[in-house]
Amino acid sequence: MTFHITVDGRSVPVVPGQTIGAALHAAGVRSWRTTRFGGRPRGLFCGIGVCFDCLISVNGRPPERACLLEAEPGDEVTTA
Amino acid sequence: MTYDLVVVGGGPAGVAGALTAALAGLRVALVDSGLRLGGQYFRHTAAPRPAAGLDRFLRQARALDARADVLLRHQVWAVSREPDGDLLVHCATRDMAAPASSPGADGRSDDAGRSGGAGLLGGAGLLGGVGRSGGAGLLGGAGSSRGDGADGRSGERAVVLRARRLLIATGAHDRPLPFPGWDLPGVLTAGGAQALLKGGGVVAGRRIVVSGTGPFLLPVASGLAGAGARVLGVYEANGGLGLARHPVLALGKAGEAAMYAAALARHRVPYRTRQAVVAAHGEREVEAVTIARLDRDWNVTATHVVECDTVAVGYGFVPQIELGTQLGCQTRHDVDGSPVLSVDATLRTTVPGVWAAGEPVGVGGWRLAELEGRLAGRAIVSDARTRPAPGSRPDRTANVSAPPADDVSTASASRAGTGLAAGSRVEAAGDVRTGALPESGGVAAVVPPLFARRRERWRAFGEALQRAYPVKPGWQGWLHDDTLVCRCEEVPLARVREAQALGATDARSIKLLARPGMGWCQGRICGYAVSCLAGEPPQPPRRPIAQPTTLGALASLTAPDAQAPDAQAPDAKAPGGATAPDDDPAH
Repeated sequence: MTFHITVDGRSVPVVPGQTIGAALHAAGVRSWRTTRFGGRPRGLFCGIGVCFDCLISVNGRPPERACLLEAEPGDEVTTA
Repeated sequence: MTYDLVVVGGGPAGVAGALTAALAGLRVALVDSGLRLGGQYFRHTAAPRPAAGLDRFLRQARALDARADVLLRHQVWAVSREPDGDLLVHCATRDMAAPASSPGADGRSDDAGRSGGAGLLGGAGLLGGVGRSGGAGLLGGAGSSRGDGADGRSGERAVVLRARRLLIATGAHDRPLPFPGWDLPGVLTAGGAQALLKGGGVVAGRRIVVSGTGPFLLPVASGLAGAGARVLGVYEANGGLGLARHPVLALGKAGEAAMYAAALARHRVPYRTRQAVVAAHGEREVEAVTIARLDRDWNVTATHVVECDTVAVGYGFVPQIELGTQLGCQTRHDVDGSPVLSVDATLRTTVPGVWAAGEPVGVGGWRLAELEGRLAGRAIVSDARTRPAPGSRPDRTANVSAPPADDVSTASASRAGTGLAAGSRVEAAGDVRTGALPESGGVAAVVPPLFARRRERWRAFGEALQRAYPVKPGWQGWLHDDTLVCRCEEVPLARVREAQALGATDARSIKLLARPGMGWCQGRICGYAVSCLAGEPPQPPRRPIAQPTTLGALASLTAPDAQAPDAQAPDAKAPGGATAPDDDPAH
């Protein structure tokens, strides 16, 4: 039933219908970018598309909100 | 082609409003940023488990999908008024454009009775892609139609809907307060923890502390505990007897509260009043929190440290009203100071052709939101029936039926009983600008007295909750100089204070000098806190662009006719200044 995406080359399982953010959080990956000024780690905060903390690059695209983006088989995620 | 109604927001208010209008024969589109309909309260996984009211909502959603265009994964970034009075709803989406085989812009309906994207500008259709049409993709099934460009880069594109009427049902988001360490991974808003669980089936952590104020902490904590997390405590910053002062009101939710209390007791979750998380500690993630005992104003009187890996924190909600303020809708301050959209008894805003329902007109919960959505839908149907737009094809409006009678008798269509309590949120029954009512029997025909009374009661309850769980100023003492107030722009408290020392006396000046609110989230997260620090009530948002959107999306706008908007910030003219031709008060 589950499929997999890769996060920095590591395989992460996904339940169909999960967002990238939920899949990462479930896999114990709770931060995937660092801030511009302080280099602080950031992951999910509001979980509903408001705060933009969870921005992530998928398949080489510009950053998107991980909490709104549905994971698809074979997605390649890179964390900064 | 123009939609009779475009609804923004796929929660209980939006779906109820859209369905009411669609059932009466109006051509309706509903837009939502999420993967599935539901909004926040009815957020659900691809294979939903039973939840209170969810079955009914899903039935409504399926009925809507069969009768209207439902555009999921679409972000609305602006709404603007055309010279002819129509509204343009500007969206960005990553969904692929429909394949050429789908109904095009000729208005021909497909066999599901849809308008097949005929209302779109700059897009072929909207039913393309797996998971777009049919109940599976709408409510459950996985598999989106995400469009990666041929080069594998951004597939975001613009979609513009033309509408005669707009229903703003955009809900609310959590209202966080800053505290030292609140930007550590593992600190989530209460709604964020809830969204993970409801939408993704993911438990936010193993050892969780829930903190903040308000009744919402209870379902969050019991949900997490029920899903297997160890909830170390619920820390309510206010006293626990807030609602006891409203015994009559408390009865309305007594059953629900008792249910949560029982769930917390069963999982041995302590519920502590006048306590809150005032700091989070950790290197890369949360490892511990400082819990403080608070006095009545939330000043710290004692502290202790609790080890945990996750914090869920929320201090009420911020209604999302920027689409309304973009159009010039009048706002008012709700009981808790939140700017909300002013509406009349029929949920009409002060701008012609624009209605609002649910949290954007005042936070009051999902039942009230659904009721208001339905009432707004009835008012919109009545408006369409009594005031067909000039130039509209007669066959478009001739088959619009009267608002459905639902489960109430509309026989007693008098205006008595629709007046709301003095000092309540509704300025006047009827047209807020002209005093005119739809000619079809006045307010009572649209909002039967039974509904009006129910709405009044639930609104009063929502307001009582806001009074019972206020945010007290003592939280400002929890901050250190280096505590981030704005997460996006990484603005510490010290820089806010510097701006104030330089003469910034209001939140806007502080923003201009110190940048809190200038980042990605546009001040949604820090706006309330900055207002408090400035010593003023939160001001209505000024966001001409409601969602950051890519230039690529704007560049994707094609112009099938001269009506396509050009890609610039909308509405340089005075907002609300345009008068819709179909808004003739003579009616």
